Amino acid sequence: MSLLAKGILQGMAVTAKNFFQSYYKKDRLPTVQYPEEKSTVNQFTRNIPFLVFDGDDPIDGMRCTACTLCEKACPPQCIYIIKDKDENGKPIKRPAVFDIDSSVCMSCQLCVEVCPFESIRMDSEFELSNENRFEGLLLNRDELLRSNEYYHEIHPLEAQETDDRIVAKEAEAAAKKKEREEKARKAAEAKKAAAEKKAAEEATAAEEAAPATENKVAETEAPKAEAAPAETAPTAESPTEPEAKQADAAPEPKAEEETPEEPEKKE
Amino acid sequence: MSTETMPARGFNLSKDDLGADILEIAMGPHHPSTHGVFRMDLKLDGETVVDLKPIFGYLHRNHEKLAEDIPYPGSMPFTDRLDYLCGMTNNWAYALSLEKMLEVEVPERAQYIRIICAELTRLVNHCLLIGFFINDLGALGTPLLYALREREKILDLFETLSGARMMVNYMRFGGVRCDLPDGWLEECKRIVDKFPAFLDEYETLLNENEIVITRSQNVGVLTAEEATNFSITGPMLRASGVNYDLRKVDKYGIYDRFDFKVPLGAHGDCYDRFMIRMLEMRESIKILNQAMKDLPDGDIIGKVPRVFKPAAGTEVYGRIESPKGELGFYLVADGSTNPYRFKVRPPSFINLTALRHMCIGHKVADAVIILGSIDIVLGEVDR
Amino acid sequence: MNNFIDHKIIELGHWVVGFFDEYPLLKLVVQILLYTLPLMLSFMGAFAFSTWLERKGLARIQNRPGPNRVGIFGLLQPMADGIKMLLKEDIVPEESDKLFHLLAPVMLMVPAMIAIGFLPVGDGLNALPLDSAILFFFAIGSMNTIAVFMAGWSSRNKYSLLGGMRAVAQMISYEIPLVLSAVTVIMIAGSLNGQVIVASQQISGWVGSGDVVKEFFGQILGWHIFKPWGFAGFIFFFVAALAEANRSPFDLPEADSEIIAGHLTEYSGFKYAIFFIAEYISAFAIAGIAVTLFLGGWSGPILSGLPWFVIKLFSLFAVMIWIRGTLPRLRVDQLMGYAWKFLMPLAILNIFVAGFYYFAEQQWGTWVALIGGWIFGFGALQLAAKGLSRLNKSPLLKGKRVYQYAE
Repeated sequence: MSLLAKGILQGMAVTAKNFFQSYYKKDRLPTVQYPEEKSTVNQFTRNIPFLVFDGDDPIDGMRCTACTLCEKACPPQCIYIIKDKDENGKPIKRPAVFDIDSSVCMSCQLCVEVCPFESIRMDSEFELSNENRFEGLLLNRDELLRSNEYYHEIHPLEAQETDDRIVAKEAEAAAKKKEREEKARKAAEAKKAAAEKKAAEEATAAEEAAPATENKVAETEAPKAEAAPAETAPTAESPTEPEAKQADAAPEPKAEEETPEEPEKKE
Repeated sequence: MSTETMPARGFNLSKDDLGADILEIAMGPHHPSTHGVFRMDLKLDGETVVDLKPIFGYLHRNHEKLAEDIPYPGSMPFTDRLDYLCGMTNNWAYALSLEKMLEVEVPERAQYIRIICAELTRLVNHCLLIGFFINDLGALGTPLLYALREREKILDLFETLSGARMMVNYMRFGGVRCDLPDGWLEECKRIVDKFPAFLDEYETLLNENEIVITRSQNVGVLTAEEATNFSITGPMLRASGVNYDLRKVDKYGIYDRFDFKVPLGAHGDCYDRFMIRMLEMRESIKILNQAMKDLPDGDIIGKVPRVFKPAAGTEVYGRIESPKGELGFYLVADGSTNPYRFKVRPPSFINLTALRHMCIGHKVADAVIILGSIDIVLGEVDR
Repeated sequence: MNNFIDHKIIELGHWVVGFFDEYPLLKLVVQILLYTLPLMLSFMGAFAFSTWLERKGLARIQNRPGPNRVGIFGLLQPMADGIKMLLKEDIVPEESDKLFHLLAPVMLMVPAMIAIGFLPVGDGLNALPLDSAILFFFAIGSMNTIAVFMAGWSSRNKYSLLGGMRAVAQMISYEIPLVLSAVTVIMIAGSLNGQVIVASQQISGWVGSGDVVKEFFGQILGWHIFKPWGFAGFIFFFVAALAEANRSPFDLPEADSEIIAGHLTEYSGFKYAIFFIAEYISAFAIAGIAVTLFLGGWSGPILSGLPWFVIKLFSLFAVMIWIRGTLPRLRVDQLMGYAWKFLMPLAILNIFVAGFYYFAEQQWGTWVALIGGWIFGFGALQLAAKGLSRLNKSPLLKGKRVYQYAE
């Protein structure tokens, strides 16, 4: 060690450089003054799940069918679902209670991945603080419901893909239904018209129920439903892995969709 | 002076009270530099450590038992929380184990993405570790904040990719969850290209600093033999001069395609551990540059069964070189959708076993930096 | 030398005192108040400003904006801190020695306040213009040690005790190089009086000669720091002063990463604030004495004495902040080793260098002394430093480590 320590002086030069550069280089002063300016939440951020509804009425447009797949998949078990019933006590495909305990939720997105109805999605809202730490953090169905427009707003790319997928699915389902009807009509030409109608109804019912039930059931009950997954079917095509599918589809919808605000929202 | 002999009040000291007694100090679980809720029961003779007892378990979360009660994919988000600084590598280690069990082929593109993510994680972890290490040395947060500044950029990359900054939950059995978003690779390239400049700055700030050198050289020495006997892994082992890097040994993933070297220390002291991490970051940048250049197109997830039901009795141990060392997952299947046994080999927990050996005979201040140089994350130690 | 402000202040003081000519006792009281109160208040103000400066400076060094919420540029932050401290609960540990726990902050505050009285802050502005001011300063300054150990002991906390023990060891050790490096200046100036020492740092032939250039440089180049022994002495003094004031990299008594906050662990509320204030005032005092001894005191061209002193004081304080923002901390044995095995021998050697310089100046003139001093004196110090680090088996001598790579 000599009188002047070279390493220390070098280090002090670095800190001095940082001191001065913090006045004119953005890179050297990355602080965001939070309540006034919020850091840009990018569209891929995920935080707490929410439920998507179509149209204007949250209850009618709810995509959720209370199939409880997400409830089963949730690792910390923070989702609680009770199916709704109509006046006669007949269950309807809609949750009466859909609670997410946001103090337990660990934002893992597994519920989103298993949802076959594109109903549960991740919010990017991060200001979740609440004065009541029990009831306040337990989000119920009405608090969770957000419109599809809101979904488009926070995750434009993902929402567009979801919409495209739903449209494609519907088209496919319609085509299949038509085909099936055609088939049924041909087969039932010998039979009565009433039996024909009944078969069609059954087919639609099975189709909707298929992903909700276990695959064994789905296989036996609805071999013709398009969602019926074989045991070894590639995940990319099964509805339980919508993310993978969406990722595959990522490049194309970008080229097709041309909502004008799309590119701005991206970054 | 132990508590018993310390006089209650006043200065009525007897000769016995002034005798050189051993001072027992409980350092932690809430101490500024025990890196979490970790406790060291120190016995001090003056300032010299004569005995040390590491006590942990304050952050025990029942990770292994939890994993045995839920299906295989459900454990993936929990692995993020093991070593909460390196979610990507934890994900990969778990994914790798099950892929080994089910003999799933991972597509090319997914392999590359995994390597990019893992090496970025290594940058994040080493950055942070060095920052905290210098903080333990007593610098007032300046190097730490520089490190955090750079780490933040990589975390933003992770957020764009996976939706979360740290709890990424990104990898899946047979691949990764989603493809790289548009522009991600360019952004990543920009950040990686700028990273060496930061490392240069950091090295000027610290490497030749006389205080850093006198404080950390010849402190907490672990010879190669001791290190192997303690089954230390990771940068800590390589700082002791043992050439053992799973990226070279196992060549898991596609690490054999990349051209990189393994820096080795010769002294096995705190300074070497610090420097090895510095040098490893440069090697990681090399790997990143190659991986980003060669990234092919294709699937991001292979052909995997919809429900994971490995045959009963299969056992598998999958391991990777996480930034902290060998991270392994040992799985035993019983034919159901849940694992029968789920065991984690956490690198920082095993590296921590050498703490007592390294600390004895050093000063209290050294105990702190030795702990810092081990690089523990209590989420992983306590599980 | 344009000491307009200083002279006006003194005139103002005489004018005020003039009103009490008929009442000698009252006059004395007023005189005492006039000497002490402005000084104490202005140093309290300087303390408030310096906390802001430190927080802001450190923040910028660390790429943060620092305090910016209270007042413009966060300038009112010290006030907010003060109010917060006042409103906090004062916790005294059950088992503590309550009397000494209470007395310790006072014990730290009083010597710090007395010490600033010895500083010649301007031409004739000196609250305690003793002929042995420097000696008194060091004597009073070493009382800190007792207060810190009192705090460490009375808290009945093991971390506090460790901090107190460290403080005693450190402060006693660094007192020696501190005084030894100050001795050189006292030798050259031939006085322990602050004003005389300041006057000795003006080149006598140049100042007052009427030539503008000579007048300007005569008040700068005469500073002791520009002399070989003065430069080395300043480094030793500054290093020792950092240790005396518990500033980084010698902040071992309150090393937060090792022993929480050392002797401050069990202090809260206003007692903690008093500790804080006292430490800053001690730092100011010791920086002020460094300015007086090596940086020309209040003397300087164009500006008055008082502004010059304030500028120099805050510059030195800024360097302290800068060091705090850069360097890690030494270990306790290295700290002691550095004081006893490195600084002290060098400071003693520096006394000889100063002596030879004085001899050469008397014998052969200033230029010979300066050139010879820089070449031989400073060279001798460098050589000695090298030799000492070899003797101490410093790990720095081994050179940069080279790392091997495996394929």
